[in-house]
This record gives sequence, C-alpha cells and structure tokens, in this order.
Amino acid sequence: MRIGFDQETIQGQIMTETNQNTMLKNALEIKNLNFYYGSFQGLKNINLDIAEKHVTAFIGPSGCGKSTLLRTLNRMYDLYPGQRAEGEINFYGQNILDPKQDLNLLRSRVGMIFQKPTPFPMSIYDNIAFGVKLYESLSRAEMDERVEWSLTKAALWGEVKDKLNQSGLSLSGGQQQRLCIARGVAVKPSILLLDEPTSALDPISTAKVEELVHELKKDYTIAIVTHNMQQAARVSDFTAYMYLGEMVEFGKTDELFIKPKRKETEDYITGRFG
Amino acid sequence: MIVQSNMNASIYRARKRTNIIGMALSMFAMALGMVFLLWILGVLLVKGFSSVNLQMFIASTPAPGSEGGGLANAIMGSLLIVVSCTLISTPIGVLAGIYLSEYGARSKFAALTRFVTDIMLSAPSIVIGLFVYAILVAQVRHFSGWAGTVALALIAIPVVVRTTENMLQLVPGSLREAAYALGAPKWKVAFSVTLKAAQSGVVTGILLALARVSGETAPLLFTALNNQFFSMNMNTPMANLPVVIFQFAMSPYENWVNLAWGGALLITFVVLGLNIITRVVFRSKVQG
Repeated sequence: MRIGFDQETIQGQIMTETNQNTMLKNALEIKNLNFYYGSFQGLKNINLDIAEKHVTAFIGPSGCGKSTLLRTLNRMYDLYPGQRAEGEINFYGQNILDPKQDLNLLRSRVGMIFQKPTPFPMSIYDNIAFGVKLYESLSRAEMDERVEWSLTKAALWGEVKDKLNQSGLSLSGGQQQRLCIARGVAVKPSILLLDEPTSALDPISTAKVEELVHELKKDYTIAIVTHNMQQAARVSDFTAYMYLGEMVEFGKTDELFIKPKRKETEDYITGRFG
Repeated sequence: MIVQSNMNASIYRARKRTNIIGMALSMFAMALGMVFLLWILGVLLVKGFSSVNLQMFIASTPAPGSEGGGLANAIMGSLLIVVSCTLISTPIGVLAGIYLSEYGARSKFAALTRFVTDIMLSAPSIVIGLFVYAILVAQVRHFSGWAGTVALALIAIPVVVRTTENMLQLVPGSLREAAYALGAPKWKVAFSVTLKAAQSGVVTGILLALARVSGETAPLLFTALNNQFFSMNMNTPMANLPVVIFQFAMSPYENWVNLAWGGALLITFVVLGLNIITRVVFRSKVQG
C-alpha cells in the first residue's frame, strides 16, 4: 500500500522546522535530493539540514531509505555502478555531489560506522593507525598518543590497552564495534555517520555506544540511522521520520516523539504501524 | 512444544530410503578414491622405501652400468626450478587476481582474462612444454633450467590467478566499505585490507600451484631436459625429479629403477605434505 503525501504540506513543514533552528549552524544542507538504484527511486525529494555538533536520527520502517540517505552523505553509493544521486548536499557550503568532488578526501571528513563491526585483519593498534596514516604523517609517539586518545574516546582504552598488538578480530562483538568507532574518530572527521551501529550488539554494549554518541557530539556532528525508536529518542537532538523514500516529518526529537505533527509519524512511533 | 502429528508415513519412509541410497553411493565413491590412493601410496612405500637412504640425497645420478648413485642433482634441480617458478608466478598471479576481483569486475578485458586463464588451467602440460621449447629452447639452441621454470610458471600462474580472485571475492564487501569510509584510496584498500583478509586463502592457492607443478614431467622434458651431473647453473640443462623418474623407470638397470621408485616416493610425499600444509593453513583461517 502506498500512502500519498501532499508534497507541498511536507515541504512547508520542513521549512518551518528549519527556520526554528536558524540559531544552529548547519554542517550539511540537503536540497531536493533524489536517489536512484538503477531505475528504482530510493529517495524522493529530500530536504533536510543537519545541525553542527548535534545528533540527527533517521527512523522509519525497513526499506524506507534511511540508510540510503546516510550513504549519500559520504557518497558511499559511488562504489556501485548504477546508483546515482541528484540534487544538492552542501557540506559547509560545498556541494559534495559535484562529480569533481575528491571522494577519498570527502570520506576522511565524513566518517561512517556500519551495522556490523568490521575490524580490519590487523592488530588493534594498526586498525586505528590505518586511517590516520592515510592523511597525516605522525611520529611513533604522536601515533601512540592518537591511538590512546581515540580508544579512550570510544570507551575501549581500558579494555585493550595491554593488548594493542592482538588482532582486532580477537575482540568481542561490542568491543569490535567500539574499535570501529575509535577508528572512525581517530582520523578526526567533522561528521560521523552511524548506520544502525548497535543493531548487532547486546544491551550493555548498546548502552556504551549510546553514551559514546552523547560524548562525541561535543566535537562531532552525528547522523544516526536506527531501527530502535527508544534509541532515537535517547540519543538524538533531531529526528527525521522517513517512509517509502520520502521525508515524512523532521523536527526536534522531543517534539517529534511527544507531539508529532503528522498522523503517519504518530502511527509509527506509537507502534500502530511498521 | 507440540510435535506435529500430521506426518505422512509413506513420504517419511521414501525420504529415509533416498537418504540411505544417497549415503551408500557417496560412501562407495569415497571408498573407490581411497582404495586407489592407498594402493598407490602402498606400492610406492614398498618399492621405494628401500632406496631412500642418505646416499640418495648426497650422490648424483649414476652413469649407465655403474653401481649405487643417488638423486642429489635431481632433487636440487627440482628445488631450484620449482622455487624460481614460485617466485615468478606468485607476484604475477596475485596481481592478476587482484585486478580481476577488485578492478575489472565488470570490464570486458577482465572477462577475457578470466576466460583465457580458465583455458590455461586445463591446457595439456605437454603443449605448454612444446610452446616453451619453440619460443625459448629453439631460439637459444640449448635446454636450460630457466626454460623449465618458465614452462612450470605458465602452468602455475592460472592456478594462482583463479584462487586469488576467488579468495578476494569471499572477503565481505562491508570490509572494503569500512576502509573506503576512512578515505582510503582503492589500491590501499585492495592491498592493505582485502588482500590481507584473504591472505591465507591466497597462500593456499600458491601452495596448491606449487604442489601441482612439482610433479609435472611433460613440460620439463622439452625444456630443462636432464643432466647427469650436479649443477646449480639455471642456464644449462638441469636434472629434475620427474624427468629422472621417467627415464630411470624405463631403464634396464636395476639401481636406476630403484632410484626411480625412491624419487617417486619422495615427490609424492612432498606433494602430499604440501596439500596437508595447505589444509592446515586454510583451517586456521576458517577458525580465526
């Protein structure tokens, strides 16, 4: 079944929401974004601002396009032929959808953490150093410091400080995910994209990662995709509800969860749908 | 939990019967294979074991009519040829495998490379021997260890290419994405992450290729030929185990025939050993 949305109304609402946030500086401004998997349109005219040093959550049922949206923000889709985006995504004023955009550079500025932990088949230390070495030439001491700093940020230092030379694969799932977060933080990006970072983790590890998100937003802009609405409510400042590739509602998390403006959003967050 | 009771007894019996037939057929096939393998190993052990002694490893092949002798020149020759073959085929094979898996996934050139590699995989080794004879031996007008190396490398490269490609394809895309997400350029992802993740599989492919070429006779007949004396000069004809076995086994001298058995036993166990090492390497990867 398809719910037809009145495009004008949605636009109108999003505009009002954005205007309320004019106090905030935007890290990313998404304008009229359409995304295609071959001939299938995965995202339909998305307009959204992601505020600097805040957490923006994307929620919605499976297949609604929230991961797709996230993957346009660092152009991860570019790895696959047949996938393309139209519109504008301004990253501090620079349109990253420009074909001339240097993708490696972009991805070093816009980091991404995935659903499943993906430690590289190397030591814990080298897992962190891998990304750092790509863009910085640090002395051994500086690198040691950076590794400790990022592992501390990811709340993993205490657990691994005595076994930095062990394989990253030897860690537990939750530790691996925090290692991946540390790896993403170590390159000091400006934005971190988290694609369902806790869906493969147990509740304790999930809690740790959520605390981490709280901690990280002091320095980083964070966009998080989650299936878990409580998680969105707990960690985010802004929430976007998506359905069938369209942005249904976007606003401050408190307002969206307590007093959603649209019936569809209310149905979803109260569990009547989805 | 309640066990479902609407089971159809005849369907269940038929399935059990099919299962028993299938098991019996596969056990039979396995037994057939095992019988021949054990038979070969048994005969080799019985006939070859008496020739395996220190003399075999230190003395060179005997002249016609002379007593004793060993296989030192052939062992050294085989070792040199196979090692240099590995040194040549490993970089070429691994790089080509990386190209096929990471760079040319959809290109026509890669599809062509893959097709040609598959043909090379099943090319008769004697044809490869003749080819190297024509382009190398006939040009420089003498047989040489290097010609043998080239012939064996032509056999080993396709094996390494295909196993490397297959092993790289098994690396989950999420690992590549994670590396790209840090801003790593493509070559860095391919070499430092993907290849590293597939490391033990790639090593397995190299070892399998090594096992394959170390027993090849036909390509060496036309290239390295043989040499009665101990030689480490790769520019001259070189003794090697397969060709020595081939010549000695059909000779009228008893000590030659015994040495052929000894050589056959040695080469079989080396290949068997390589295969076992391969399995151990691969198993540790699966568990790790």
